[in-house]
Formats: sequence, structure tokens, C-alpha cells
Amino acid sequence: MTRPLLARLRVRRGTADDPAPRYDEFVVPFEEGATVLDALLWIRAHRDPSLAIRYSCLNANVCKECLIAIDGRTAYACTARLSAGAAMTLEPLPGKAQLRDLVTDTLPPRERLG
Amino acid sequence: MYAAIAAARAGAQRVLLADKSLIGRGGATIMAQMTVAAALGEAGEDDWRLHLADTLAAGRGLCEEGLSALLCHQAPHRIREMEEWRVGWTRREDGRIAQVAAPGHSRPRCCYVDFLNTGPAVAAALRRRVARIGAVRCAGNLLITDLVVADGEAAGAVGLDIASGTPVTIAAKAIVIATGGLSRLFRRNSASANSGGDGYALALRAGAELVDMEFVQFFPIGHLAPRLVGLDPILWDPFRYKLGGRLLNGAGEAFLAAYGSDESAGYTTPRDLLTRAIASEVAAGRGSPHGGVYLSFAHLPRERIAAAFGPIVARLAQNGIDLARDPVEVAPIAHYHMGGIRVDERLESRVPGLYAAGEATGGASGANRLSGNAIPEALVFGERAGHFAALRAAGRAQAWRRRDAAEALAQIRALSAGQKGDVAAIALLEEMRALMWRHVGPFRDAAGLAAALARLREMRGMLPALAVTPGAHMNPTLADWFELRAGLLAAEAVAAAALARRESRGAHQRTDFPHADPALAGSHIVACEAAGTLTVKAAP
Repeated sequence: MTRPLLARLRVRRGTADDPAPRYDEFVVPFEEGATVLDALLWIRAHRDPSLAIRYSCLNANVCKECLIAIDGRTAYACTARLSAGAAMTLEPLPGKAQLRDLVTDTLPPRERLG
Repeated sequence: MYAAIAAARAGAQRVLLADKSLIGRGGATIMAQMTVAAALGEAGEDDWRLHLADTLAAGRGLCEEGLSALLCHQAPHRIREMEEWRVGWTRREDGRIAQVAAPGHSRPRCCYVDFLNTGPAVAAALRRRVARIGAVRCAGNLLITDLVVADGEAAGAVGLDIASGTPVTIAAKAIVIATGGLSRLFRRNSASANSGGDGYALALRAGAELVDMEFVQFFPIGHLAPRLVGLDPILWDPFRYKLGGRLLNGAGEAFLAAYGSDESAGYTTPRDLLTRAIASEVAAGRGSPHGGVYLSFAHLPRERIAAAFGPIVARLAQNGIDLARDPVEVAPIAHYHMGGIRVDERLESRVPGLYAAGEATGGASGANRLSGNAIPEALVFGERAGHFAALRAAGRAQAWRRRDAAEALAQIRALSAGQKGDVAAIALLEEMRALMWRHVGPFRDAAGLAAALARLREMRGMLPALAVTPGAHMNPTLADWFELRAGLLAAEAVAAAALARRESRGAHQRTDFPHADPALAGSHIVACEAAGTLTVKAAP
């Protein structure tokens, strides 16, 4: 029997108020064609429901809400493929205020309450 | 978005447009790939009455004719207006708007924006329009948790600013629910994450009725395999409009004729019949490896596929799909909800001041929606609902009383502080989706529906004991809890209505009552809620 393939993710956690950033490592099942968003949703359902990620359209790539930094490069979590090799590092978008974990403040100024 | 635009146009001075995510980015409109039905008459003679006749026929005797007529009559106005708002409808070589034939339409009537860009183009036009109107204030990240009713009339809402965790109160003289459908309640779906039935639950809890909740449209040829990302799973419909294509079972045999559909004249099989045919092939052991059927374009020249879908062919190639060489696997997925909030022709519910628009309403599509009627429904009903909401609000005093909102506010505060429990809401969301797919999906029977209802009620009882992580800013466990509360109530309405309708009609298929009962044409199942208990009854 072959061993099930796994992927490893290092995910930047915390809110803007936290004094020091921390990374949590997750091991997730890997399937051919799976995306980074699939892995994040799997983590929320099976490992840590408190992990924050913003998305709407799942895998259609029309809402453009799931933009994060993957290994330092800006990418959509819904179309970036998961790799079964080395751990992938996921971080919130650079240059935007972090709200929690992978969610940054991307709300257009016109849509803010206040 | 259209309701907000229309309200401002009708003179409303202060309109709040709230969305739990980003405005005009989530939801179903932006996911629409191709067809928009409107009797424009650009591809030969057409008339809105013919569009209405097709809509009523597709609805299998259950359409609220007044609402359907409104949709068909106003659709051409809204579609022309979209063009003024810079939606670039695809045109033929002679300059006319291209209109294609879609299943259930008696003539070519469906316009679109190439390539698979109808929804994004319409959503962008509405966003641009909203941004130009000073009277419309936008609030993204605002999850509405409760509507506030004072003396039986809509008076406002309570919500949660997800980003900051702050509870928000909104006094309102009129409210329009435009939260879309509930396909996300099913494990296999073509939904955006926020199509989880929120608006149905809000309306029920505010005292409104829901109608035709048993009618969930299962899109017959949702993408199944190989894994496809960056494209919506309903993309094969546009391919069938333009290229036809062949549906084959696991043994590579054509099977539609056995179910009474003849596709010799092109893609003509209605959605309810096709869903039935595919599910029956799979149930009989004649499915494809992943549990669907094959859709093949391999008989067509490569150049023809490339000409019809341009850049989409490259995106398919990134997913390892070459249509000129290999078939893909397709299967039914939850796609659209015919049922919804019961409204009159001013789009007002039985709660004065509470309106609904788009997929959140029920009745216009009866037992089965005609392809291409969803975007017109969103625009036409949005226009009507916004208009009448503004008329109601004009000159009226606020009925808002803070005490009517106290309970909802206290609940948000308590949950934000965290709640101890062994089970997380997201685990129950997943269980609910699996349960709904298994027992309340394309085929249903009394035993399965009763089992689903019992478990849904049990899950509803677990809400006070679910784990919520403490934390204000962007706390996903808090959003999950509210999504689950709404989803379970909406799901219960679907299952209860499906159990009550002891026949098969349109999208509602009962294996224990496999035929339509002529006595039930024109008879609706209506759901309402009081003191936490959902009840359904038959209504003419």
C-alpha cells in the first residue's frame, strides 16, 4: 500500500495587536490538483477552526478576495497549487494592515464604517 | 446593488448597502458565466409574452405568474440599460447583440459577454454605478445577524462588523433582502461561499413566509473531474450553447434518448430532466469513474473550440484539459434556488417594510428555472424592490426602538467573548452539507427527508453549546456560528417542504412519489417560523 501524500504549510498567525508574529505548521492531505485554499479550508474544518482566510467564490477566481503571499510571492490561494514537497509559507499580503492570520484590510475606503 | 441604485433613484436620501464580504465581489451574480434571457428581438422576432410562456412552461405549473411576467416584461429594459452602463454584450458581425438558444427557450434569446464574462461585467457595472451615487453608503464586512421588527413592521437590523468585532445597529424605514440563494447548503455546489441561505433565515425570523423551498435547481453538468481551478464548475453550459457536445455514459454510449430527450437539434434538454437522466445512469452503475457522465467535444475540430472560447482554452490547458482530445466528467451540483421569500408584486413580504430581490425571492421560477432568468431576476426585482422600499420610507418616521434590538446585541457580545464547547460550528456546517446532499439532493424519499429533518433540528439545538474562539477582529468561528444558525433554519425549510410535497415535479424528485400529481399544480408549500419552531403548510 502506498502512503498517502502529505503537504506541509507554515502559516503566519495572529492579529495586528500581537507583539510578535508566530507561524503554525500544518500537515494536510495532498491530492493531485489541490489548491492552497483547499488546504486552508481543510485545516479550518479538521485542525483549527480559528484560522482566518478571506474568500468568496471558492475556486472560480472571480471574487479575487483570497490574495495572500505564498513563499513571498503574491498569489490567489484558490488557484495556487499545493505542492507535496517542501513546506509552503503562507503570509498575509505585505503592505496591508493585518486583521487576523492571512486576512488583511482590503476593504475599499468607501465601504468602511466609521 | 441594483436595489440600492433604484432606491436612490426613487428619491431615498440615505441608503445603506451592506454585505458580509466585499460589495459586488461575492454572491452569485459575479459567478454568472454566460446567458442572460431577455426578449430583445435582436436575433429574430421575439416578445416578452413568449419569454413568459417559456418561463411558465419550465416552472411546471407553479410560477407566481405576476412575478414571472414582471421579470420577462422588464428584462429587456434592464439589459439595454446595462449596455448604457458599459456592459459590452457580445455582438454579431452585423452589429446586433448576439442571442443564443438555450434549453427551454422557444427562440434564440440569451445574450452574454465573452468569454464567460457575463457576471463579472454586470457586477462591475453595478459597482461603478453604486460608487457614483452619494446617497448610497456602502458597508462591507458587515454581517447582518438579525432584523429588528417593531409592532410587526420592519424597523432595522443588527449586525456584526466582522473586521473589528463591533456590534452594529441600523435603524431603517424599509429593508431589502438581496442575499442570494442557498446552494452552499449542499456538499456539491456551484456556489459562492456566501450563498448559505442567510436571507431566508433572516426573513423567517422576522416573521416573513418562504415559498416553494423544496425546489432547488441542480445544475446537471457541473464539472466533476479532472480537478479544475480558476474557472467556475458550471462552465460547460456555455460550451454546450456554442458547440453542442455529446453526453455519454461510463460505457461511452449516448443515453439521453432513453429519457425522452432528443438532442439532434442541439442542446435542448431542460435542467430538471437532464439532472434526472444523469443521476439515473450513475445509480444504474453506468457512470464515469468519479460518479458522473462524460461530456465530449472530441468530435469537433480543435480550431472550432479555440474560436468559440479563445483564452478559456488556455486556462483549461493549465488544468490539463484538452477538449479536442479528452472528454471531461460532469455531474449534477446544487446551483440555484427557485424557492424563497414570499413577496407580492411590489416585492414586499408579509412583514410591512421588508422587501426581497433576486434569488432571495420565491415564486417567479416555480418548480424549475429557465436558463438565463437569474440575472434578469436580480436586476428587475432589485429595481422594483428598491423603488418601492424608497416610496415606503419617504416621509415615514423611524420605528426603531433600541429595546427591540437588545436581545440580538446581547447575543453578539456574548458570543464574541467566546463560548466553550467540544464541537466547532464549521464541523456542523460540513456535516449539514453532506446531510443535505445525501437526503435532500436530486432524489428524495420520505425516510431520508425525515432523517435529515431530525438531524437538522438536533443540530439547531446544539448551537448554544458550540465552541466559539474568543476574539473580536475577523474571528472566523464567530462568522461560522451565525452562518450555521442561518443555514440550519434554511435547510430545515427545504427538507420540511420537500417532505410535505408528496409528488415529483420539476426539480423536486421523490423516488417514493415518482409522478406529478395534477391536483398539486398551483399548490405551494409555505414555511414560517414562530418561537423557534418552523412549520410548513399548503397554500394556493
